[in-house]
Amino acid sequence: MSKYMVNLKINNVPLAVEEGTTILEAAKTLNFKIPTLCNHPDLTVAGNCRVCVVEVKGARLLSASCATPVSEGMEVFTNSEKVRTSRKHIVELLLSEHNSDCTKCKKNGNCELQSLALEYRVGDHTFLSVLKPKDLLPDLSSPSIVRDNSKCIRCQRCVRTCTELQGVNALCVAYKGDHQTISTFMNKPMNEVVCTNCGQCINRCPTGALTEKNSVDFVWDALYNQNKFVVVQTAPAVRIALGEELGYDPGERVTGKMVAALRKIGFNKVLDTDFTADLTILEEGFELLNRLKSVLVDQDETVKLPMMTSCSPGWIKFIEHIYPEMLGNLSTCKSPQQMFGALAKTYYAEKVNVKAQDMIVVSIMPCTAKKFECDRPEMRDSGFKDVDFVLTTRELALMIKQAGIDFRSLEPEAYDSILGESTGAGVIFGATGGVMEAALRTAYEVVTGREVPFTNLEIKPVRGMEGVKEASIKIKNVKPEFAHLEGVELNVAVAHGLSNARKVMDDVRDGKTNYHFIEVMGCPGGCLGGGGQPIPTSEEIRKKRAEAIYDEDHNMKLRKSHENPEVTALYEEFLGVPNGHKSHDLLHTHYKARIRY
Amino acid sequence: METKKLKKVDIIFENEQGLSMAVLEKTLKRNPDDIILDLIDSGLKGRGGAGFPTGLKWKFTKNEENPVKYVICNADEGEPGTFKDREIIERVPEKIFTGIAICGYVIGAKEGYIYIRGEYNFLLKNLNVKLQEFNEKLKKLHFDFKIYLRSGSGAYVCGEESALFESMEGFRGEPRNKPPYPTVAGYNSKPTAINNVETLVYTTMICHMGPEKFKALGTTDSRGSKVFSVSGDTPIPGIYELELGMPLHDFVEDFGDGDTKAVQIGGASGFCVTRKKFNDTIIGFEGIPTGGSMMIFNSSRSMYNVLHDYLEFFCEESCGQCTPCRIGCQQLLKGIEAVKRGERPPSYLEDLKKLTATMKIAAKCGLGQSVGNPFNSIVDNFREEIIY
Repeated sequence: MSKYMVNLKINNVPLAVEEGTTILEAAKTLNFKIPTLCNHPDLTVAGNCRVCVVEVKGARLLSASCATPVSEGMEVFTNSEKVRTSRKHIVELLLSEHNSDCTKCKKNGNCELQSLALEYRVGDHTFLSVLKPKDLLPDLSSPSIVRDNSKCIRCQRCVRTCTELQGVNALCVAYKGDHQTISTFMNKPMNEVVCTNCGQCINRCPTGALTEKNSVDFVWDALYNQNKFVVVQTAPAVRIALGEELGYDPGERVTGKMVAALRKIGFNKVLDTDFTADLTILEEGFELLNRLKSVLVDQDETVKLPMMTSCSPGWIKFIEHIYPEMLGNLSTCKSPQQMFGALAKTYYAEKVNVKAQDMIVVSIMPCTAKKFECDRPEMRDSGFKDVDFVLTTRELALMIKQAGIDFRSLEPEAYDSILGESTGAGVIFGATGGVMEAALRTAYEVVTGREVPFTNLEIKPVRGMEGVKEASIKIKNVKPEFAHLEGVELNVAVAHGLSNARKVMDDVRDGKTNYHFIEVMGCPGGCLGGGGQPIPTSEEIRKKRAEAIYDEDHNMKLRKSHENPEVTALYEEFLGVPNGHKSHDLLHTHYKARIRY
Repeated sequence: METKKLKKVDIIFENEQGLSMAVLEKTLKRNPDDIILDLIDSGLKGRGGAGFPTGLKWKFTKNEENPVKYVICNADEGEPGTFKDREIIERVPEKIFTGIAICGYVIGAKEGYIYIRGEYNFLLKNLNVKLQEFNEKLKKLHFDFKIYLRSGSGAYVCGEESALFESMEGFRGEPRNKPPYPTVAGYNSKPTAINNVETLVYTTMICHMGPEKFKALGTTDSRGSKVFSVSGDTPIPGIYELELGMPLHDFVEDFGDGDTKAVQIGGASGFCVTRKKFNDTIIGFEGIPTGGSMMIFNSSRSMYNVLHDYLEFFCEESCGQCTPCRIGCQQLLKGIEAVKRGERPPSYLEDLKKLTATMKIAAKCGLGQSVGNPFNSIVDNFREEIIY
């Protein structure tokens, strides 16, 4: 249905836009910039900061341009005297409530309030401070997220993120009037509430009220310690986003430069989480085949289908809190980060002749929940803490800057071997649908001996930014040992963002689906949209990152996990077979039900 | 200027046996459009304070094409100094129900709600009994309509219509962005006619006595009469139904204690009028409109304290979502304290007045927009009391 066009004027310039367009969007088409704070492209409109007010001719009140649709004959002024005075007042008011200790703030230089204050030159503080002393104590309880209410401007972007995108509701608005604040259930510390540590709130906080727990200094200490052998692993989604923090456009791949920078920073070995991503595919793929056999042939009722992926620690904590009765559906595979840690301090330590207690494993992750994951008591199968420190993409950029490295002039370098080789299947783990695609590439071939029947191995139905994606593959002409799968239509689903996960889980719980395998990523877009990725984020940016990931896959020589020669060697030399005894000791884990309040 | 002498009338509390049912039976046989025309003709404007023409509101809601619509009676009487709805609810609840039912009939709704403030919970027991009786009577009339009660939890801002919907839907009582207006998308995002308690009783009475009698009262801009809640320095505080359009002078003559220095018209969010201007001030939509609150202050009162109280009230009762209101209210309160203590020069009051201008046009809802009313009218008229 085509929409009506509405004619209006903005700053005396006539234009026609579709009915339902907001004044803010209309002004953008004419390149009139209207400042915003509470508005975010991923979230519903709030209209509460009032920074975007504009004057509409004939109206008694100013209109919040983010929340006001255009109407026929409307005449809008985005910079009239009333607008300017009000906007300045509003910025001054926000600053009077804000801990403007910018030099000590982690968001210094990437703060929307700071930019606005600079634009409006509000140096002379007109108003009295109404900052609450109790807000000056930040909540440091979470292993992933630091909440500093003294920096909060109550735009509620975090609350809407937690509710709308993630369906978690860890953050909420509490009290009213001068006591109104952003809080948690019963004002409990972040580590005691149902928070998945996904960090999506951090990505959307316009100020320094929400930031990641910073581990940079611990890593520097380890690097300076001559007795420690420090290895680093980099997640698939880091290489396609790190550039954004260092002046590149979204979607520019900086893999080789990143490896070079990590060497310059002083890591003893630069290794790749993509390697364990490939390993995950083998472990998880065989687990799926085993489960299918148990259900279809042995009719074992203790084995649960659909099987669900377990790579995303935000998703894991979510299901532990919200759907504890379905923990049996989760793959027992550890995430690639933790598989890496467990192997690094056993297999790899032996290979490089370093004692496990002298090895420090650092992960560079697009994720804040990984900080929580590496602290889980289950993640010590090597006999030590498998992964010692997790840095986000943002923290790595910070280290590169601190080290004084001119990133642009670096010559690309390759990962170290072993635990550095990977395939395209490992790379696409960084995008929603990637684990599914990688798993199907391998599982189909294992079962039939033929490549998965999609052009260029690209399984398009599971790619893209739609919240829940479904696909079916008919399995035909199988190898003799998989005769029980002949003619089976394998149904899979992919969800990203926990709100979408919730929809899928509800359907599964209510028996409305016939899925065999479900991939869930906690963050919108998958890891490439993770809570540790560069700020800002939007669907547009995430799409560019996804393109970069699929380009990276496209350009790899090896694109199927089971073809990774280092993985093959690992099984031959150390693990035996997928899902074997040693695998279970090191690469698999268990989960625990958590309370919902 | 057209003025009326102060005249007490008795429309709202007239409680003739069987009146409600008679009105209802008669009205439910009429064409809804004719009822709307009568209301428009009567000149009835909303009695909650904003003064939107009631007939138009019903017409807009009726014109919306939606199978589900609602009528809501706003009984969240939270404005300081207003207590007339409580009395109406206690004394003539049937007439409120009747107004709701008529509105439901006119706009095509099947459900009506009374949203009553949490502090009035002591009224609930009786009200519920009366309501059950009334719903039974509606059944007997074969009119498919039912009225329900909803209790608020004591937030002033929930009297703001869109915050009231949020509250009824189970969310935080925070005002919504407008448009859309309630007549298009109100409770549950359905077309909703939301009216004040008193307005609904007047609609019942206009249906009972015809628009002419109502129209005969009041002035061109302010037709009819209005229930006032009189409080403060008066020997006779209480509820009075008076014809609209009287000069404030007449009112003070009748209700003041002989030493009246100022009257706060319209509650904390209204205007303060000083003795000098009693003669020139008309109570009505052409002068100073009011939701009914008339607070009388004599010369023993400190207007600084009065303003301070109001501002404390707004600081606490702002929902807190929008910047101009949440922080603006705090700045006004802290500002007058600072001036009083000499920590800011008297000229700082000018800065604060400019801030109220921003709040008036940039705040999200009527709460933040109207804080400037008491602030400016008190600061302008009693500047010396604020400073010294």
